[in-house]
Amino acid sequence: MGALQSIPGHPEYSDLSDKTGFSFEQISVLHKRFKQLSHNEDTLHRDDLSAIPDLSCNPIRAQIIEAFFDQRNFSPSEEGTVEEIRFEEFLVVMSHFRPPRHSMSEEQRESVRKDKLRFLFNMHDTDNDGTITLQEYRHVVEELLSRSGALGKETAKSIADAAMLEVASISVGHMEPDEFYEGITFEHFLKLLSGFDIEHKMSIRFLNVDTTLCK
Amino acid sequence: ISMFCLFWCLLLLVCLTVASSSRDVPKNDGSTGTVHGEGSGHQNTSTVHKKAFPVLSFNYLHVRKPFEISMWILLALLMKLGFHIIPRVSNIVPESCLLIVVGLLVGGVIKAIKEAPPVLDDKLFFLYLLPPIILDAGYFLPIRPFTENLGTILTFAVVGTLWNAFFIGGTMYGVCQIAGAQLQRVNLLSCLLFGTIISAVDPVAVLAVFEEIHINELLHILVFGESLLNDAVTVVLYHLFKEFSLEGGVTALLGVVCFFVVALGGILVGAIYGLLGAFTSRFTSHTRVIEPLFVFLYSYMAYLSAEVFHLSGIMSLISCGVIMRPYMWSSVSETLIFIFLGVSTVVGPHSWNWTFVIVTVFLCLVSRVLGVIGLTYIINKFRIVKLTKKDQFIVAYGGLRGAIAFSLGFLLTNDDLKHMFLTAIITVIFFTVFVQGMTIRPLVELLAVKRKKETKRSINEEIHTQFLDHLLTGIEDICGHYGHHHWKDKLDRFNKTYVKRWLIAGERSTEPQLISFYNKMEMKQAMMLVESGSTAKLPTLVSTVSLQNIQPKDAPKKRAIPSISKKREEEIRKILRANLQKTRQRLRSYSRHDLMIDPFEDNVSEIRFRKQRVEMERRVRELCCSLHKVYTYDESESPNRSKSESTSISSRGPDDVFVPSETPLLSNQRSAPKKPINQITEEEEEGLTMSRCLSDPGPKEEDEDDAFLP
Repeated sequence: MGALQSIPGHPEYSDLSDKTGFSFEQISVLHKRFKQLSHNEDTLHRDDLSAIPDLSCNPIRAQIIEAFFDQRNFSPSEEGTVEEIRFEEFLVVMSHFRPPRHSMSEEQRESVRKDKLRFLFNMHDTDNDGTITLQEYRHVVEELLSRSGALGKETAKSIADAAMLEVASISVGHMEPDEFYEGITFEHFLKLLSGFDIEHKMSIRFLNVDTTLCK
Repeated sequence: ISMFCLFWCLLLLVCLTVASSSRDVPKNDGSTGTVHGEGSGHQNTSTVHKKAFPVLSFNYLHVRKPFEISMWILLALLMKLGFHIIPRVSNIVPESCLLIVVGLLVGGVIKAIKEAPPVLDDKLFFLYLLPPIILDAGYFLPIRPFTENLGTILTFAVVGTLWNAFFIGGTMYGVCQIAGAQLQRVNLLSCLLFGTIISAVDPVAVLAVFEEIHINELLHILVFGESLLNDAVTVVLYHLFKEFSLEGGVTALLGVVCFFVVALGGILVGAIYGLLGAFTSRFTSHTRVIEPLFVFLYSYMAYLSAEVFHLSGIMSLISCGVIMRPYMWSSVSETLIFIFLGVSTVVGPHSWNWTFVIVTVFLCLVSRVLGVIGLTYIINKFRIVKLTKKDQFIVAYGGLRGAIAFSLGFLLTNDDLKHMFLTAIITVIFFTVFVQGMTIRPLVELLAVKRKKETKRSINEEIHTQFLDHLLTGIEDICGHYGHHHWKDKLDRFNKTYVKRWLIAGERSTEPQLISFYNKMEMKQAMMLVESGSTAKLPTLVSTVSLQNIQPKDAPKKRAIPSISKKREEEIRKILRANLQKTRQRLRSYSRHDLMIDPFEDNVSEIRFRKQRVEMERRVRELCCSLHKVYTYDESESPNRSKSESTSISSRGPDDVFVPSETPLLSNQRSAPKKPINQITEEEEEGLTMSRCLSDPGPKEEDEDDAFLP
């Protein structure tokens, strides 16, 4: 778990390191970034994140920002959203993007996968009801295609429909014509993306964070 | 048919030999049997001494060159055709091996007639045969895995080739000193030169073999990417050592600088031509036919221009193809190269030296293995997805040598050593292509290496790939990390706003990848549906889930069970055609083996043709199968039949699902399992159409959704 020397003046790093799995180096770099974003305050607001210029052309910007303030991502039992977050929560959200260690047992790998997929699931399930309904999924696809104007909107609908159909076919298989498929539950979501190799795809190398260059 | 093919080949062989024997002067196009390869292959010095030609020969001489060239190409094509018709052989032996054997035979025949056959000279190879292959490879290079693994590929290409060259060269020198007296005149520089030539992994050979074994994308791109990029290293080293042997005043630093100049210069030249080509293609939207010509010509110019400055022509070709592609003859070439290799083997003056050859082969293997292991150890420290031992083995084993090494050998000037080198080179090539090429497929199966995913990428995965891209870019921006995703995103946006607008005409430029993926998938589904719709099989997914199930509406409509299946077919056909018209505009992407899907007219006629064929077969089947049991019809005959039908569409996917898909549907049905064929067809079609019922009344949506159904 990285070098265990504690950085002078920040004894709380060891707790954070235990909780999130980051090394002290990474935590201190991220802390610098946090301070930069929040203008040296202790808490971060949505506006601070919206102010990042590079983020403005990202089609799913709103959802990304929302994910930072979603309590479900802080700990599994909480719900709802908050208005501001401290560094600890910031770090917890970031920890979802850590690459998996090379030497991991099968269960550890499985739990890492579940974690990351849970994060994604929470991003899609905006009303916190535990399922991704057709409306929510349509919203996701629309956002993805939001840069394409009118062409995007109508195709988004059919794409979302088709995707939903696929999920239903894979998860449930056989349904009577009058049954209704409520929405994608977390189990279905897991099954859907089982071949996706998410633990490697959804990771960022945190070692090269250089806060002097970014705005 | 195979007999017919063989007969044709024999006829061609006979013609060739007759042609080559009906002349008095040696051939003009490429025989360097006696001419020392100096690069400028003008053969005038060794030809005409007589002034008076026999009248008959003179007339033939007039057309001889194009005549023979055409016959060679024809032979190559027929060979290729033959291998496709006799699939059994090509499952065991890769095509490249068979082609070399054919070359050997032809060469043997020609030699028996005691004529000088065409030998693969460097000019022919480098200027005519190699460019189309590299262009094809560059044009269809899968960009995403290539850029994701660029670091690894570069390391293997540059460092790996350097290691190979020096290790082999140095050790050979040592061996030559120790071994018999004959070898002792081989000096260090010659050995190093030899090492350079033999160490480069050959893209043609790799492509030929790897294409057939369908290995997973990562390994394919690693070995193939390496083979493409190591040309720069080879060129530089080659020239370095040559200069060294002449003067001896070249320093290592100059070599490094030279390398960068060669590589980057090559890429730059290619990029310039690529942009030119992309710009030109903007105006060719109404004359699609000449677009490929532009592609080819621009790329060829890029290659030649780079060669003028002694830059890496291969790299310029690749970068040209890569750049041109997103904004718009290789088979023959490949075949010809291998055939020529075979011919040259039989012909060329050989100087066989047991020690040299065997040590060379052994060293090549050892050096490759060591290099790969060593480099992987270092590379794995920087990769997220590590390369396993199995991967390393395949990368090491897939380092085939090919015709490039052979041609480079031809460029050597030292005469007495040259033949020995050439013999060794040919042996290594044969060894790698035959032994490694043939055994790599069973090894891949034995080691259970991950194969290319045959199953279609689901739309959910595609959505999430895009989603993740944006998500990771966003996270990188938030934590201030200018990493892989950040730059990729920036490049994408730059491309979209500025470059694409200039280089691509019309609405094509703004179409996001997700939409084009969706349309492509829709198209494939439509085609599969048409094929299978009239043979009463469910295409892919095993379910009767329909859009009713997911739409948040109340009472779904129930359709009446159709009494005539033909009417249903009509309906299906109409709906599909309407949808096809819509996807017409949007379908753009080339795919290496699906070129026929491009023009709309081909689609409709293709579908119509298939439908007719399928219809006919069905009628025939009905006639003769009405006595069989239902189950045997469903499970045994149909998969075989559809396998022969859908040769161009991947028949494995749907076929695998056919058998299980019958059972759930059949168990669904209320009546007894034993039924006449017609009714089964109807019932299944009913299931099919039930799953197509929509609750949404709008015709537009109905069309779009219709074609996509499982």
